[in-house]
Amino acid sequence: MDRLQQSDNYRRMTAMKELTGMDEDKPEEPRVVDSSPAKMVSSKLAESTTESELSLTELSGRTVGDVRCADPFMIAENVNVYYGDNHAIQNVTLEFGKSQVIALIGPSGCGKSTFLRCLNRMNDSIESARITGTITLDGQDIYDKDLDPVALRARVGMVFQKPNPFPKSIYDNVAYGPRIHGLAADRADLDGIVHTSLERAGLLKEVKDRLDEPGTSLSGGQQQRLCIARTIAVDPEVILMDEPCSALDPIATARIEDLIDEISENYAIVIVTHSMQQAARVSRRVAYFHLGLLVEVDDTDRIFTNPQHKLTEDYVTGRIG
Amino acid sequence: MQITTLTLIIAAMAAGAFYFGRERSLSVASGPSRMQTLHSLPGYYGYYTAIWALLPAMGLLLAWNLIEPRVIVGLIVQGLPDAEQSMSPGELNLLINNIRNLANGDIVSGEVGTVLQDAAARYLEYANTGRWMLAVLTIGLATLCASLAWRRITPKFRARNHVERVISGLLIAASSIAILTTIGIVMSVLFEAIRFFREVPLSEFLFGLNWSPQTAIRADQVGSSGSFGAVPLFTGTLLITGIAMFIAVPVGLMTAIYLAEYSSARIRTITKPILEILAGIPTVVYGFFAALTVAPVVRRAGESMGFEVASESALAAGLVMGIMIIPLVSSLSDDAINSVPRAMRDGALALGSTRSETMTKVILPAALPGIVGGILLAVSRAIGETMIVVMAAGLSANLTANPLEAVTTVTVQIVTLLVGDQEFDSAKTLAAFALGLMLFLITLGLNVLGIYVVRKYREEYD
Repeated sequence: MDRLQQSDNYRRMTAMKELTGMDEDKPEEPRVVDSSPAKMVSSKLAESTTESELSLTELSGRTVGDVRCADPFMIAENVNVYYGDNHAIQNVTLEFGKSQVIALIGPSGCGKSTFLRCLNRMNDSIESARITGTITLDGQDIYDKDLDPVALRARVGMVFQKPNPFPKSIYDNVAYGPRIHGLAADRADLDGIVHTSLERAGLLKEVKDRLDEPGTSLSGGQQQRLCIARTIAVDPEVILMDEPCSALDPIATARIEDLIDEISENYAIVIVTHSMQQAARVSRRVAYFHLGLLVEVDDTDRIFTNPQHKLTEDYVTGRIG
Repeated sequence: MQITTLTLIIAAMAAGAFYFGRERSLSVASGPSRMQTLHSLPGYYGYYTAIWALLPAMGLLLAWNLIEPRVIVGLIVQGLPDAEQSMSPGELNLLINNIRNLANGDIVSGEVGTVLQDAAARYLEYANTGRWMLAVLTIGLATLCASLAWRRITPKFRARNHVERVISGLLIAASSIAILTTIGIVMSVLFEAIRFFREVPLSEFLFGLNWSPQTAIRADQVGSSGSFGAVPLFTGTLLITGIAMFIAVPVGLMTAIYLAEYSSARIRTITKPILEILAGIPTVVYGFFAALTVAPVVRRAGESMGFEVASESALAAGLVMGIMIIPLVSSLSDDAINSVPRAMRDGALALGSTRSETMTKVILPAALPGIVGGILLAVSRAIGETMIVVMAAGLSANLTANPLEAVTTVTVQIVTLLVGDQEFDSAKTLAAFALGLMLFLITLGLNVLGIYVVRKYREEYD
């Protein structure tokens, strides 16, 4: 049974390699921060292959590395996701710490975005999706029947791949969340929230004279920072980011990365990215997904300098993906 | 030779020209990689030759058919005896018609004399010669042009560019047909309307409060003064349209919101086709539904509450028209709501909005321009709607805002003015064109406004 499973997985894996070679869309981003571990990746490449200390080369259900972290705030335990018959996420266990950025990486279609969307129940709106396992936020099961997904999403914010400001003014974009959750007592209060949120998103200076202009009039990078400001305004505890820079140019990307770095003190941040450099620059821990399995989790520099699993190594050195 | 036969022959020649043109392009291209030496693909050389075989010959055919009858008539008139030549144009026209009828074996009015028989014989002869000339000329022209085109084919010849130019010309011609037809319709309505305004001043038509288009046919006729104040018609139209929109907008919009956001996929697959069936019911069916079912119900209900209701009330017509327009409003709103990108929805949900907050605060504002544009289109549809109001609304032009009274609409009056035996130069008949022109201008204005609103306020989500 076990061998059967393995060989099946192997077949899927090789098929995946052929596919991803063609449809993978990985934006090449120049290294803005030079001291990043990404630099080490290339230098380490030669070493690690000659050492050939990687005993783990096959896909198995087990995750290599340390899925636990010191001060877990959100815990996913044995999470499985099915889209109809498709088993998209298989038995993933992962802990997310407070004030910590964790990056989810892996080839296209490996399930990292699906997993991310489980964390704030955005998969609920997909009729064919079915989720098993438990995910707790601060000790509370988020898939509990009594728990309102609306309240959950106020605590677990999300920033999307493409900037999606509402067709409203810049002010109303940021004020939207506080308004629907009744966070501001009066207009002055709301003004305060909007200003702090914009400031923390590093956008205030650029837009403070035109808060009543439509949010869609901003540039792509500004729009994405507006979306981050909008998310911060609700004062969530966790922020999920689904490839937040994939539609942006390198300068805007660098600004967003700086921003992530700054706000990471106050939030648990989970970021899905296709850019290894970005993962190396912004995250403390990295989780590598492959075909719906969580292959390896570890501290960022260990993943990039000394990965334990062959697949992780192949991915971070650019051999697959 | 018949025109159809000739057309078929030319088409066959074009097919042949295609073959020879293609073959020649292959034979003039030389060397091992002969395809590369050609400027265009071989097929284009074929099309190029075929176009030259087809278009000039077809043009000649068309021109000949326009000119030939006049030439023949001219020749016949020349050959007639002097007495007939000095007839008045009207009589001459009749005579020529008779000659043509005799030649074609149709019924002739009046005696068939020798003059007529002679002329008919000559007519047949001319027509016959003409046909043969045409056949020879077109086939000759097709052959000539095709062979000239065929000779021009060299490897460097840019056949594709020539073919593409002809094709783009065809596309332009096709798209101008609709535009030209519109212009033609507007012109014909406009000129008749101008004739009307020569008899009735524009100010009376636009601001007069009394509509009673019966004009006296005889001088001694009583009680048919004819007054053409169109205000009651437009207020009647407005009243019925208002009632219709009062029904259609809320119901249609809520239907669209439900279908787009709340219904399950199964309900959607059942409901949408049913709504489309509603849109496909002929308006005449709605008309007798309004007149036979809704109007009596409205009347009885009104009377039970102590109101006096006319049997052809504006309310009944408006209600049914509203029902008819629901699918239009709901499908246009549905499109507008669905065109709001999924990212908007996700963004709102991810901030912790409930479904209804997402709907009212994000999606509806984003879709509003599309919805407003759709409603304006629905209004112009309601204003132009004819059959329901002809059957369910009244004929009397009351100036009232009471939906329980009978009113009449612009379209109803156009129909009644043009039905039956008419004098085509009386103000009564011409009034229909003036009304038609006004109606056209109003719906045109609404459509332009609708399109403008949609364009101006549409959010560009890539």
